[in-house]
Amino acid sequence: MLVEITSWIAVAFILVAATTLLLSRDWRLSLGLLAAQYLAAFVLVLHHWPLGMATVKLVTGWMVTAAIGMTRLSISRDESGAESFWPRGQWFRISLAAIVALLVLVASTGIEEAIPGLGLPVVTGGLLLIGMGLIHLGITSQILQTILGLLTLLTGFEMLYAAVESSILVAGLLAVVDLGLALAGSYLLLADSATETEEEAA
Amino acid sequence: MSAPVIWIVLPFLAGTVILFIPNTRVASIVGGVVTALLALAALAIPIDTALLLGSVSFKISSTVQILGRSLLLSAADGPILAMIYGLATLWFFGTEAAGSSGRFVSLGLAIISLLVASIAVEPFLFAAPMLEMAALLVVPLLVSPQQKPGRGILRFIIYQTLAMPFILFSGWMLAGVEASPGDIGLTSQSGVMLGLGFAFLLAIFPLYNWIPMLAEEASPYVVGFLLWALPVFTVIFALGFLDHYAWIRTSPGLSNAIQFAGLFMVASGGIFAAFQRHLGRMMGYASIVETGLMILAMVVKSPLSVEITFMLLIPRGLELTVWALGISVIQKSAQPLRFSSIQGLARTYPIAVGALVLAHLSTIGFPLLAGFPARLVLWEELASQSLIYAFWILVGLFGLLTGAVRTLAVFVMAPEKTPWAWNESWAQSVMLGVGVIVLFAIGLFPQTMQPFLSSLPALFEHIGQ
Repeated sequence: MLVEITSWIAVAFILVAATTLLLSRDWRLSLGLLAAQYLAAFVLVLHHWPLGMATVKLVTGWMVTAAIGMTRLSISRDESGAESFWPRGQWFRISLAAIVALLVLVASTGIEEAIPGLGLPVVTGGLLLIGMGLIHLGITSQILQTILGLLTLLTGFEMLYAAVESSILVAGLLAVVDLGLALAGSYLLLADSATETEEEAA
Repeated sequence: MSAPVIWIVLPFLAGTVILFIPNTRVASIVGGVVTALLALAALAIPIDTALLLGSVSFKISSTVQILGRSLLLSAADGPILAMIYGLATLWFFGTEAAGSSGRFVSLGLAIISLLVASIAVEPFLFAAPMLEMAALLVVPLLVSPQQKPGRGILRFIIYQTLAMPFILFSGWMLAGVEASPGDIGLTSQSGVMLGLGFAFLLAIFPLYNWIPMLAEEASPYVVGFLLWALPVFTVIFALGFLDHYAWIRTSPGLSNAIQFAGLFMVASGGIFAAFQRHLGRMMGYASIVETGLMILAMVVKSPLSVEITFMLLIPRGLELTVWALGISVIQKSAQPLRFSSIQGLARTYPIAVGALVLAHLSTIGFPLLAGFPARLVLWEELASQSLIYAFWILVGLFGLLTGAVRTLAVFVMAPEKTPWAWNESWAQSVMLGVGVIVLFAIGLFPQTMQPFLSSLPALFEHIGQ
């Protein structure tokens, strides 16, 4: 019972964090929310994986967050307001998040029945992250937001995949992919800021 | 010593060491020599067979265990490894001639070793994360630290990353399909997942929009390398799926959908190529057409389908090397690579322009050139199935031909009294010359590809039956 309650709290946490991540323009808040998403995902992955393996997901996620955070910290530019339709898009984003949440609520029971053993909280949390990640990718062209969207989507997928595949090699490969994505994003952020600095100097 | 250590770990380590070589020429030579040795070793040393060297007997085992799973390179993989490392040799020796940096060699070696790992990993489904890692390693090559990242690179990352979950999940679902083949719902769901995964990976219409964007934004040599390496290994990965799961081969709906996707890529890529005014974008669309042809070859109803696919893979590497190198040479005098900037360059860069146009014509399937034999066989096989398929391939290739004629016309459009000059360096001339000679050699003597094709039935024994 306690496990069930903790799981649903993690799902609620994912819903709040992913929606706020969609709305947030402050990179510090965004990275905090990403770290929170990884924590909630860790709680849900514990349903299917032993603590040691599940911890890999949490540690990788926080390493990813730290890598992006350290890169962003070294860039002085302020990104808030760079998206052309902000803040007009705020309600639009909330509406999209609500649609995703509704779709997930409807679909998750069906999927849980089709693939027994996954667990309803895991399916709901995973689908929520995938949906929110996809929305993120659809409405932004900024490097940081794109990488955050991809990481959100991958976290959702990894949660679901953990329920069906417990290979250590896959866990390792997916962790490397997450880190690689964060490093690629950091590299692009630095390249972008370097050109902007050059343009300003000129 | 085991085969995965030699052809996966060693090149990765070599790439890491080359990263610390500051001189591009040295890095290029070291990288080229390493891959050439690996290619020769793949041809000469049989895997899993005891060898006697003087009084010492040794055997290269085929398997390495990693975290409970295995990396397996069998004797049948030898010709494929030779082909891959042989073509990589051309790419790495051409690094300095193309004006690319030394890290192209080091990261390129790491990418190739990851991609080889993707064909070696057992179960083969786990290749998807390795393909994703290789795609992520390309990012520092595509965008230099002083370059503003464009839309193309972001789309590339998004599409390659989206492919991985679809393929991994479809792999898990396919295991269910094997267990209960009568479950039509599960079969169609896994088919859709798998289709979406490969649509993202192979950049199937309309998901190929990143290719022309990237070809415009990034170094043509790096884009050429990317357009060679990733699709080649993705096609080998896809052949693994076709070989392993009988229902994908036998399902008429799915195989029709794959053929339709391939046809659409050939026709749309060719038509778009006809209207391009940028050399990089032209190369990008030509690679889309080639990928379409490979997709068609994979599912053509013929016992030769695997052979035709590999007959397309080998010339693709050569064509893209020559093409990308030719563009890179010209790029020093023509920035951006639009028609307005390259006008009349045939008189000042005759070797680069000649090689570039020949590579373009080979992609179309011009007689005497490397692309011709494979296209002829594929066309013949498809025409025996449906003349409509053959017609749409003709449309696509005609579009590419239009692009080639337009490019050639712009190149020779020099003012009347412009003197002929030879601005290519000797290294560039040698690399381009060797590339063109090999293009003609394969076109005139296609049987030279036979050693690479002979082991394919052992690798993909169910396809084409």
